[in-house]
Amino acid sequence: MTETNHELRVSKIRNGTVIDHVAGGQALNVLAILGIDGSGGETVSLGMNVPSDRLGRKDVVKVEGRELSQSEVAVLSLIAPDATINIIREYEVVEKLRVERPDRVVGVLACPNRNCITAADEPVESKFDVLENGVRCAYCETIVRESIAEHLAAN
Amino acid sequence: MWKDHLLTAKQLSRGDVETVLDRAGEIAADPEAVRGRLDGRLLGLLFFEPSTRTKMSFETAAKRLGGGVVDMGSVESSSVKKGESLADTVRVIEGYADALVLRHPSQGAATMASEFVDVPIINAGDGAGHHPTQTLLDLYTIRETAGLDGLSIGIMGDLKYGRTVHSLAHALTNFDVHQHFVSPESLRLPRSVRYDLHQAGANVREHEDLSAVLPTLDVLYVTRIQRERFPDENEYHAIAGEYRIDADVLADAPEDLAIMHPLPRVDEIAPEVDETAHARYFEQAHNGVPVRMALLDLMLP
Repeated sequence: MTETNHELRVSKIRNGTVIDHVAGGQALNVLAILGIDGSGGETVSLGMNVPSDRLGRKDVVKVEGRELSQSEVAVLSLIAPDATINIIREYEVVEKLRVERPDRVVGVLACPNRNCITAADEPVESKFDVLENGVRCAYCETIVRESIAEHLAAN
Repeated sequence: MWKDHLLTAKQLSRGDVETVLDRAGEIAADPEAVRGRLDGRLLGLLFFEPSTRTKMSFETAAKRLGGGVVDMGSVESSSVKKGESLADTVRVIEGYADALVLRHPSQGAATMASEFVDVPIINAGDGAGHHPTQTLLDLYTIRETAGLDGLSIGIMGDLKYGRTVHSLAHALTNFDVHQHFVSPESLRLPRSVRYDLHQAGANVREHEDLSAVLPTLDVLYVTRIQRERFPDENEYHAIAGEYRIDADVLADAPEDLAIMHPLPRVDEIAPEVDETAHARYFEQAHNGVPVRMALLDLMLP
């Protein structure tokens, strides 16, 4: 069980969420997409580029004292489609959430088209429809396939 | 009501298109029958970009139906100049008018506006996005000329930024049409439109050279290549010259080829073409009135 040993590089948490099997190098984007920047006081542990049998290299994110909701997990699927999410209580896994791609994500990504109405100073949140291979702005219809995490809206 | 809003041509089924074109045909044949249809109704015109044909034909359509218009005027003379958002502007004018016609430089502007108001929004052009009412008058003109099935249609010019092209391409997927897109590499259809055409299973080919496909076409839809799309003046002139229609180019065209253009043209169609039987662009512009009358008839309660 080499993977279990490697996971021990990051300490166990008592209550919270473990996001495992994140593609190597994406852990900071996972935190960004969840709006976790440390200002909320949560204890956050990161393992980056941990050897993994399944992914070669993976990242692991552990957030103490916060349980991710299903809608937060849906957003995660955009950048970490292989992730597994474990909700931890008293050191035990009490729930495993499946990553499912949502039909639409709201307020998470910023449209890269500078002529999009969402880039103007309007009281409107970004909306992206999720395609099989990418996302699409619900307003200007621009399709983003590559590097979706680069288009995260500023929190 | 026919539609709550008209935002893109993608939302139009074949039946939707035929409903509008049939109604436009009835109105063109007997304008007296709809006189007074919009008695006491007001159409709000919000043009954040210049327009001649679209704005005037909507105004004409409303007045020929017995209605009136309230016009925001130019951006310079409106509260937009003071920094008012589009969302606020449409919510204010919604209180003055029974439907709003919106042209705006930002893509998706009409879609966003429709989220803030209860009256119908008609997209009259949103940046490089869509221009569905132009498409309906284009389809009306094509149908009058050659029917709408079993056709080979060439669409040439600025396919990347041309909103009339994007809307027409979407709408043609409802019909048995081969679409040939002719443009320089740098002005090919955008990814989003190619994606939609693929999803719709459209019969599409792309070309850089018109001559290869011209003899097979029933309709050639020409659009303007804009100077500002090219950083280099010489490159613009070289490319624009390659996509210009004149008597020499038409020597290889089928006798009954219809040439269309959403106008305004600059020099992509030589004036000598105007006198040929190919030229349909003025008739096309005139069709804007019965088609927009049909739209208002269908969309205003």
